[in-house]
Amino acid sequence: MLLNALLLALREIRRNLMRAFLTVLGIVIGVAAVITMVTVGQGATDAVTAQVASLGSNLIIVRPGAAIGMPQGGVARFKMSDAAALADRVTNIESVAPVTNRSVSIVYQQKNWTTSVIGTTPEYFPIANREIASGRAFNTGDVRSGRAVCTIGNTVRKELFGNEDPVGAKLRVNTMACEVIGVLATKGQSSFGMDQDDTIILPITTLQRRLAGRQGTQQVGQIYVSGKDGVDGDVLVAEIGAVMRELRNLAANESDDFSVMDTRQIAQALSSTTRVMTSLLGAVAGVSLLVGGIGIMNIMLVSVTERTREIGIRLAIGALPREVLWQFLVEAVTLSSLGGLIGVLLALLASAGMASAMNVPFNFDASINLIAFGFAAAVGVVFGFMPARRAAQLDPIEALRHE
Amino acid sequence: MSTPGVAPEPLFRLCGITKTYGQGEARFQALRGIDLEIPRGQFVAVMGPSGSGKSTLMNILGCLDTPTTGEYIFDGEHVERFNSIQRSLLRRHHHGFIFQGFNLLARTSALENVELPLLYRGMPRKERDALAAEALAAVGLEGKFRNTPAELSGGQQQRVAIARAIVTNPLVLFADEPTGNLDTQTSEDVMALITRLNTERGITVLMVTHETDIAAHAQRIVRVKDGLIDADSLPPGGA
Ligand SMILES: Nc1ncnc2c1ncn2[C@@H]1O[C@H](COP(=O)(O)OP(=O)(O)OP(=O)(O)O)[C@@H](O)[C@H]1O
Ligand SMILES: [Mg+2]
Repeated sequence: MLLNALLLALREIRRNLMRAFLTVLGIVIGVAAVITMVTVGQGATDAVTAQVASLGSNLIIVRPGAAIGMPQGGVARFKMSDAAALADRVTNIESVAPVTNRSVSIVYQQKNWTTSVIGTTPEYFPIANREIASGRAFNTGDVRSGRAVCTIGNTVRKELFGNEDPVGAKLRVNTMACEVIGVLATKGQSSFGMDQDDTIILPITTLQRRLAGRQGTQQVGQIYVSGKDGVDGDVLVAEIGAVMRELRNLAANESDDFSVMDTRQIAQALSSTTRVMTSLLGAVAGVSLLVGGIGIMNIMLVSVTERTREIGIRLAIGALPREVLWQFLVEAVTLSSLGGLIGVLLALLASAGMASAMNVPFNFDASINLIAFGFAAAVGVVFGFMPARRAAQLDPIEALRHE
Repeated sequence: MSTPGVAPEPLFRLCGITKTYGQGEARFQALRGIDLEIPRGQFVAVMGPSGSGKSTLMNILGCLDTPTTGEYIFDGEHVERFNSIQRSLLRRHHHGFIFQGFNLLARTSALENVELPLLYRGMPRKERDALAAEALAAVGLEGKFRNTPAELSGGQQQRVAIARAIVTNPLVLFADEPTGNLDTQTSEDVMALITRLNTERGITVLMVTHETDIAAHAQRIVRVKDGLIDADSLPPGGA
């Protein structure tokens, strides 16, 4: 009986392809929207989560100035001794790296390239989760003596060296000659779209003495801190804050002139925001799926009225009311499932396209596809039932008389 | 009319059948006590003025409708109290219908129209196609299997309807004004076809008509007037 109903439903759909298509358009759009929203949102969340992982364990960044993005002019910068004092006095700290950034132009043979240089100490590499792909990182001895050695990011390597092995080569960084001793492992883009491989890292002392111009040799842009395993981020942030206030001689009534941010917390907040956005967008799309279902009901109801005579004929030649019910129900479910299927295919294209346009990973998630498809089919059952029952309850004589 | 000795059980037996439509003020008694017996294999024409209750009677005989009171025995079974599912199954297995307005499924090929009753009998596709083709051939529509009703003339449409009614090889063929929409020549063709089904296959035929020359094809004419049987006669030279 179900097979018969399916056959009849398919015949009817084939007979009226245009109407069938318009009927399911709502479902197609609804399903495609739900899947695309959730897939792209999921991709964005994954991107943020991957970012969290790549930040390294418990990375805390201390910057001068009250908050991120606030002007830092007039605020006292950090000194090398601040970093050392933090490492000394906060027992929960695993290690500390002072960091100073500058923009420089580097030249190798005929090629030149503008990039950002990071001056720091060897502790930076584990804290910031940067690995060496070839060669070596500089060591404490290099920092103490301020040697002109550097490790370069992969983008810099590609731009200046192509396929050549850069280790041992001499670069010119602004006016300073500098030997390449290592190449950093690729890290890709940060969540803010910065190419983390477009950089070179060298000893902070080298940068302070030879590249920082007239600025004081002791100056430090920011301090990277990693906490010991299992230390709560909030506790660490509070402890660092307290020590920094002392180091910077702030009176009790003065507010902080520095900021301590736990990158993991920020990233987590960011990813939970993304997740909330994803569910919101998904819910909105879900509503459109529901509207699509109502569209199906509408058309099916019209179709029952339109086909009253046909139903009368079927009943007169011996169709059981429940067979008529099944025919219409199966027709509705077949329509909505077809719509769901088209929606799934459309979503595949749309989310792949959007993911690459928005630069987030595209992860095909079978479960959301199944859920949306199942929901579309269920919409067919729910909204197909009323028209189907109406058809089945028709009186054959009345139905035959219907014009 | 009844033969002496052991009378065989008639295919139809109606005793005091009444049918009342509506309630209260709008109450209308369309049938007011019909007694009728029809033996197997008979070709009966039902005649009578408009509104006399012919269609109502046919609908009850064809189990599309139920009588208000009275007994209706079909093939030895009391069917007057059958529920709608039982009536559907009875129609499916023993009845064939031809309607005045053809009542074919639109945008559906002749073949698909004819195999519809077989579909509801759960017959597999191959058998269905073969039987439907056979029935269409029997009504002289060999070349028109793929045509939809819109692509057929009135007479051809009615022949498709006849093919659909006989494809299940029913006990009874019901025809409510089968030639009502057809011209004289086509009417004659259709009547010849129905008569042949009656004589060659022994199908009992119940036909409503207004026209005397159409009724003349039948072996027996039952005249209905105001919900009662007014006259019941064998036409001259009938069986
Ligand atoms: N569903 C209904 N509700 C109320 N009255 C009805 C209904 N069906 C038929 N009638 C009435 O019953 C009477 C008999 O109707 P019926 O259709 O049986 O007539 P008929 O003999 O077939 O007429 P015609 O030759 O015009 O087809 C008519 O007076 C009609 O108005
Ligand atoms: Mg009538």
